[in-house]
Amino acid sequence: MPWVLRGLREGVVTTGWPRRPDAYADSWPGGVDVLPGAADPAAERLCPTGAIGRDADGGLALDRGRCILCGACVRARPDLFAWAAGAQTARLSREALVVPAAPDDTDEAAVERMRAELAARVRALRRSVHIRHVDTGSDGSEEWEIHALLNPVYDIGRLGIFFTASPRHADILLVTGAGGHGMAGPLRRTLEAMPAPTVVIAAGTDAISGGLTAPTYAVAGGVGGLVPVDVWVPGSPPSPFSLLHAILLALGRVGPHRPERGSP
Amino acid sequence: MSAAAATARGEAGRAVGRLTADLLARLRRGQRFAGLVAGALPAGGVRLSALVGAPGSLDVLDAELPAGVASYPSITPVVPAALWYEREIHDLFGLVPVGQPRLNPLVWPLPHDTATRPVPGRPGCPPRLEPDHREIPAYVAGHGLFTIPHGPVRSGVFESVEYLVETPGEDIPHVHIRPYYKHRGLEKRFEGMSAAAGVLLAERVEGIASVAHALAYAHALESLTDVQVPLAGQLVRLLHAELERVGNHLDVAVRLAEAAGLAVAQARFALHKERVLRLAGACAGSRFGRGVVIAGGTAALPRLGRDDLLRDLDRIQRGVRGDRRALMVTASFLDRLRGTGPLTPERARLHGALGPVGRASGAGDDVRTDRPYDAYRRLPPTSVRQEQGDALARLNVRWAEVDDSFRLLREAVAQLSTLGADALSRVPLGGPGGLGGLEGLDGRAVGSAEAPQGEVLYLVEVRGGQLSRCKPRSASLHNLHLFPPVFTGDILTDFPFIEASFGCSIAGVVS
Repeated sequence: MPWVLRGLREGVVTTGWPRRPDAYADSWPGGVDVLPGAADPAAERLCPTGAIGRDADGGLALDRGRCILCGACVRARPDLFAWAAGAQTARLSREALVVPAAPDDTDEAAVERMRAELAARVRALRRSVHIRHVDTGSDGSEEWEIHALLNPVYDIGRLGIFFTASPRHADILLVTGAGGHGMAGPLRRTLEAMPAPTVVIAAGTDAISGGLTAPTYAVAGGVGGLVPVDVWVPGSPPSPFSLLHAILLALGRVGPHRPERGSP
Repeated sequence: MSAAAATARGEAGRAVGRLTADLLARLRRGQRFAGLVAGALPAGGVRLSALVGAPGSLDVLDAELPAGVASYPSITPVVPAALWYEREIHDLFGLVPVGQPRLNPLVWPLPHDTATRPVPGRPGCPPRLEPDHREIPAYVAGHGLFTIPHGPVRSGVFESVEYLVETPGEDIPHVHIRPYYKHRGLEKRFEGMSAAAGVLLAERVEGIASVAHALAYAHALESLTDVQVPLAGQLVRLLHAELERVGNHLDVAVRLAEAAGLAVAQARFALHKERVLRLAGACAGSRFGRGVVIAGGTAALPRLGRDDLLRDLDRIQRGVRGDRRALMVTASFLDRLRGTGPLTPERARLHGALGPVGRASGAGDDVRTDRPYDAYRRLPPTSVRQEQGDALARLNVRWAEVDDSFRLLREAVAQLSTLGADALSRVPLGGPGGLGGLEGLDGRAVGSAEAPQGEVLYLVEVRGGQLSRCKPRSASLHNLHLFPPVFTGDILTDFPFIEASFGCSIAGVVS
């Protein structure tokens, strides 16, 4: 059978997301939630990366930027923690990764300014954008999930999103890994080689906080100190739908998530 | 040199000499060199350990270097496969292997006269050790030769690694590999972790082989106790290990099709790989099988029932089979692989090449058949070997393993379903969330498992339930050493085929 017929026989396997809902995207647990009213200082010891802490009111708070999705907290205390379904885990600020979000704490005006600045920067990129990926010390799985965006299921080409080898042609810098000192120079030179406007996405918990990898003598504990990050997408590794959500969020093609207290 | 220092140095020399002699004798008897590692001793000094694959066992040969000794007689002149290990030991400990032909940094280039090194096994470490890129030598060898630096930022979505290709134009006389850019220093990160929590880090040493690493780590801990993993736990471990194998081998097919410019083939195998990852996720909540393996068994039974599992496996296998049949008669594809990157059986055997890379050259043990563990004792895999040793042979070995994996998966699912929904998947070690019950564990052990890349070893030392030393030795580290010598007679455009056919993960090489 000629190759061209092989693919046609299967029909369309491509998701319609975000235009149409996708059951996998909506059901896959992209993060952990803190249940309403959860407050127990002993629960902080459950987390191997120290993601569980306390908010201003003394209730429990979970920093998804540190969460490696090991599920230890959910298994041990299902009365305090639960898996949150859905792939829309990317955020425009580091602070917004802490759940539950306290509405009084968020400076609405500052968030709005940040969002507007990013929107102005990406106005020309909304319809077609090229991504340059750099690995600063990942465990290898993030690259699999990024590469999956090119497979027929996610097929980001249909959304005008492409990967490029040359930083000169790139608009988005997609960074994985814990910020290894060995990659600080190559990462910086890659960003400098990209013509403005540029957008930087920190992909994965390792890139946000170093995850379980940090602290060691060889990593910075995330890439936030190496490059100016615009979008943070947690996960260990982040699933392809979460990565896709992060890219579309960066481009303003999905709205920023405005969480209410107690919801993802 | 003072008399005491001379005595210590003599002692070290004799200890390493005995180790080398023992190692050579074993290699002559047909045993396999599996690595050379080191660890700081509590009283000072460093213990060098050679890992040897013997029939039915993985042996550790030790040599102690007293405190204050800064060098030892190199093993590389008699065991060439020790070269990369001695370079790594020099980076981490500062120990100089005297007589080593090429002592360049491998995992972390520090100034050669620096007093501060990570020294795994010794508690504590400076918070930051900056890599000194000037320590990396720049070779220029030969009239009219160009050096093309390829990386660390690669042309595509790849892990960071730099290949220095020396070429007069098209031929590749030599490739130098500089993998140190993404070194994370994980050997120090393990220290002080509880034995129970260490499995989480083991999963992240080489993230595309999480299950195999977790298994090797768990096996090391379990060998220090007398726990028997319940049958259900053994079968779940096999289930996820084989799903991981299929996913990895499909990834190699994707990369090869990508290199050959076969867009439909690339898309088809990427689709099958996506289905495998979704299946693993549906069973365990993680597309990479993380959180499945814990010391004493597995965290839970699969969330999918027998019928769903068999139906999904069947669908994936039918898809893979059809597309692979079409791929393996596509002349333009086979031409790129035939005779490309040949690893001679002699070199593979001398080096102790692992996994499909070794098996495609007639060598290469398989931990699942040599030292059967978990459910492989009742479900033995079929051994697959070829002799040609080129990229085509490595792909053929992987296809045969994929077929065998589907057979094992179906058998495991069938046996699991007879055990019932309330079967124990792990020994009740107590503690919340499974991360407990190993307090007070003491001892030193080696654990192993067969990752898709080959044999993974974990050398673990526990004191009072806490890790004092944990050295992961991935198959990627052992095999990537063989990457430069296979480029004889190949040209620049063959590079991506050879790289993909090795299937190594750089995270596992330098972790």
